[in-house]
Formats: sequence, structure tokens, C-alpha cells
Amino acid sequence: MPDWFSPDEWRAIALSLRVSAWATAVSLPLGILVAFVLARRQFWGKQVLNGLVHLPLILPPVVTGYLLLLTFGRKGFVGQYLDMIGVVLAFRWTGAVLAAAVMAFPLMVRAIRLSVEAVDVRVEQAAGTLGASPPWVFATVTLPLILPGIIVGSVLAFAKAMGEFGATITFVANIPGQTQTLPSAIYAFLQVPDGDGQAFRLVMVSVFVAMAALVLSEWAAKAVARRISGA
Amino acid sequence: MTMQVSLQHRFAGFALDVAFDVPAGVTALFGPSGSGKSSVIKALAGLMRPDRGRISVGGQVLLDTDQRICLPPHRRRIGCVFQDDRLFPHLSVRQNLLYGRWFSPDKGGVSFEAVVDMLGIAPLLARRPQTLSGGERQRVAIGRALLSNPQILAMDEPLAALDEARKAEIMPYLEHLRDQTQIPIVYVSHSVSEITRLAGSVVVLGKGQVLKTGPVAAVFSDPNLTPWLGGVREAGSVISAKVAAQDGDGLTRLETSAGPLWLPKVDAALGASLRVRIAAQDVMIALQKPHGISALNILPATVVALRMGDGPGAMVQLRLGEDLLLARITQRSAVQLGLAVGAPVFAVLKSVAVAPGDIGAPPITP
Repeated sequence: MPDWFSPDEWRAIALSLRVSAWATAVSLPLGILVAFVLARRQFWGKQVLNGLVHLPLILPPVVTGYLLLLTFGRKGFVGQYLDMIGVVLAFRWTGAVLAAAVMAFPLMVRAIRLSVEAVDVRVEQAAGTLGASPPWVFATVTLPLILPGIIVGSVLAFAKAMGEFGATITFVANIPGQTQTLPSAIYAFLQVPDGDGQAFRLVMVSVFVAMAALVLSEWAAKAVARRISGA
Repeated sequence: MTMQVSLQHRFAGFALDVAFDVPAGVTALFGPSGSGKSSVIKALAGLMRPDRGRISVGGQVLLDTDQRICLPPHRRRIGCVFQDDRLFPHLSVRQNLLYGRWFSPDKGGVSFEAVVDMLGIAPLLARRPQTLSGGERQRVAIGRALLSNPQILAMDEPLAALDEARKAEIMPYLEHLRDQTQIPIVYVSHSVSEITRLAGSVVVLGKGQVLKTGPVAAVFSDPNLTPWLGGVREAGSVISAKVAAQDGDGLTRLETSAGPLWLPKVDAALGASLRVRIAAQDVMIALQKPHGISALNILPATVVALRMGDGPGAMVQLRLGEDLLLARITQRSAVQLGLAVGAPVFAVLKSVAVAPGDIGAPPITP
């Protein structure tokens, strides 16, 4: 199997998988929190938070990447402080994780928020009257009931991260082995003569990963829903 | 253990202002919809914070707005059974039942086996709530509340969402619950027949106020409360009786404090104590003991109170031995008979008038 791909191609595939996995894992706790807050709480500035979360979905990716660079670049207004403690994101694979996470965040939050809204608050209240404190109610009632949404949201976010290109290339460029993810590699191969073959093989990988993710999320969500409903 | 409750809260267009005690046994909160019953339960459970109020259970303060005490629901130990069962869909019946055990500070109280046995839910333990009937779900919900080791059980119209057959199925379990546990129960309902079967005392609510509190027999036989107790058609009183004989022709002879009462076959052992609810509109009044009449039950009584209604009807409260009986007649009859307080009369009741659902076991008095 390693013979199918050149070392450069392999590095791009492996990096994309790693970046997407990290982006999904890191944004999941925050995604659950934001989805929960948007679904349940009324507070001043809720529409602002909602807008911020969804902004990457609507903005041109290159704009998102540029804003990330302004914020988290080494001279950026957050990045300069991160730089002091030795954390550099721009032009690193960790920066690719941040870009992918930001771009995938709205998809994740939407999926989880829908499942939170479907949870019957009265069932949670019943758990409270049975002696469960709010954190326990969340862990033993809310979390199991929103699991299908969490799975769908995570898989969607992972697939989106695998395909993220515009913000990534703007924020962390296209350095082979460092920040060259699958889409960046395809783009790079298309820029050189006779690169079509290599590009096509990576295109096939992209299609396969995307399809697999969708099928997996459908299957997992159904399996969990079946378990919950006991049907 | 006794619970003391006093609550004041302003809702839009409606003010709640109630105070009452919940002694051991079943205390019914009775009133029409919109009288504030459910708000009281919410406040008890800690799901609503009233403007002012104080709730204490056996010396422990659950709520005191003056002292800024308001325990959250999970620290109140008030087991709730709601109109909708609110079972956990992702857990089996067994896991649902054991949920509260997990969080209960002391592991004493009723045993799992006893509750499962009492509610007849042993065959359901491995199943999911979605696969149960409405009556089964409500029984599981009652068991779940009971197993959380509550100090008080609060039941908010637990039978309202069920049809008559399911209600009849659950009623005996509720009677077991009342007689076999020591936990005070607050039972919210707008059904006179449920309350007269289950409750020892009743708190009558109307428009957010307490109209009357007292023992069930006294409150429901009060002719002045008829408009609040579901209207004249729902009006009725409760009398106590013992099973004296099962006659060969399918009738059961009950012994009351005023004499024998024949009813269609009552499924109870000889000597068993019963409470019978008799609707006011099924009772006739005669000045002399009637002869040549199909009604089997003719009992001597005395007029205690008389209340003329706004329409053509009148409510007459009769003393029947040690019990009080309510009769609904027309004002014209009351005038023609010359009924007055203290007058000796006969109460006439058709045997078939008493519905089986209106006969139940009385609360065991310690």
C-alpha cells in the first residue's frame, strides 16, 4: 500500500488526518458548550455570539484566514502574547489545526444545537427532583440524549477540516511536510507540469474520506438513536 | 413528619397566596384548572421560585425567602410524579428505577424489591419506557420517585393523562402506596373520585387561594363548597362502611353507622373496611320511610345544613349515623317537604347508582 503514494503524497494525507482529528477533538468541548448556551440560555449578545460562530460559514475562507493571521500571527494582537510564552501558530501545523477548527466550528455547533433543542427539559427537571445536581443531570441525561448530534457534528467537522483549503493556505501557507494538507497538496500538484496524475490520486483519497465520513456518521447516529429509543 | 407550606407569587393576571400543612398520609390539593395547584407543586419541587414563601419538612427549611434560603431541586428530597411520566428514554425500566438511589444520601428506606412488588412492575424491568403502556409508565414513574428515598412524595395529576381503564388499573397501587409507606403524599387532582378514594385530608384551592382544608369526608359533604368542588354534578360525599355479607343474588351488604347498605357485588373480603363515594344527585329524601319502592337503601338521617343554589337546585347535608351525606334535590322539593335544619328524614339511594370506581379501601389510621 505505501507504494501507491509518493512520500510527499503520504505526508499530505497523514498531515490532513492529524490536523482534522486534532481540530475536531479540540473544538468538541467548546462546540458542546456553545451549542448548549445557544439552545438554552437567553442573554444579552446572544445574536452576536451566534453570528460570530457562523461567520466562517459565510465569509470567503481567504478572509477568515487573513483575520486569523491578523489575530494569531506572530505580530497579531493575540499571537504576540502567545509568542512570548513560546506558542507559535502561524505557518505551523498547529495553525492548520486552528484554521480547520474555526472553519468547521459552525457545522459542529449547528448539529449539536439541534439535538440539544430536541431534549425534553422536563425530563432533566425530573432528574433534578431525583437528587441529581446540574452537572450530574448533564452527564447522565443530557449528554446521552444528545450523543447522536455530537457524533454527526464531529464527523461533519472532521470532513470539513479534511477539505479546508482557503483559510489554511492563507494562515499557514503551503509548506510540504509542515502545513501542506491534502487540498493544499492537490493545489500544488496542479501548479506543476505533469502533476495531474498525483493530483488525481489525492482527489480520489479526498472523495473516499468524505464519503466514508458521511456513511459512518449516518450509521453511528442511527445506531445511537436506536439504542436511546430502545426500539 | 409534617410539611408546612406557605407561598405567595404574582403571575400575570393571577395571584397565588396559599398556606397549608401536609401531615402523614395523603393530602389532596384540589381545585379546577388554573387554581394554582401545579404552581404549588413546582414551588415544592424547587422548579419555581415564588416571590415570598416558606417551606419546611420536619424542621428542615427548604425555602425561606425572608432568610434567602432556596434549596435547589436536587437537595430537597421531594419525589415528584408528574402528569407526563418523564421517564428517561435512554435507560431501561430497572435503570430508571435505580436512578434516584444513586444520589440518595442514605441507602435505607424502601427496598427495590418491595417497590417493584408493590407496583407490579417486575416483568417490565428489562424493557425500555417507549415499549410500555401509559399505565405501566406511570407505575414506573411512581416507583422511581419512591426509590429516591424522598421525605415527601408530590404527585401532580398522575392519572390525568390516562383513560378510565388505566386509571382503574393504577388506583389499587396508589392505595397500597398510601398504606404501606410512611411518606406523606401531596396529591394534586381535579377528580373528586380520585381524592375521595385516596386522600385523608384535602386542601381546596380556587383562584390561587385556599378555600378550605380538612378531612375529606367533612370537606366534600359541605354544601357551601359545591360550586368549588367540580359543580353540582360532581358533588358527593364519602361514607365509611364494612363488608357484612355477600348475598346470593349478587349484592353485597355493607354495614354503615346508620344501617345496612346494599350495593352491586363489591370485591372485598368479609369484614373489610371500605369508603364509598355517593354522588349527591343519586340521593333522594323522604319524610316517611317509603314502602313499595325499588330502591333498596333507605337510611334514617337528620338534616344538618341546607343550601339553596343559584338555579333550581338545593344541596342538603344529612347526618347519617357518624357520616355526612350530601343530597341534591330541587328547591321546590325542599320547600314542599318543609326541610329545615334538624328535621328527621330518610335518605333513599338506589343500589346500582354507586359506580365500582367509587368504592375503595380507606386510609389506615394509626
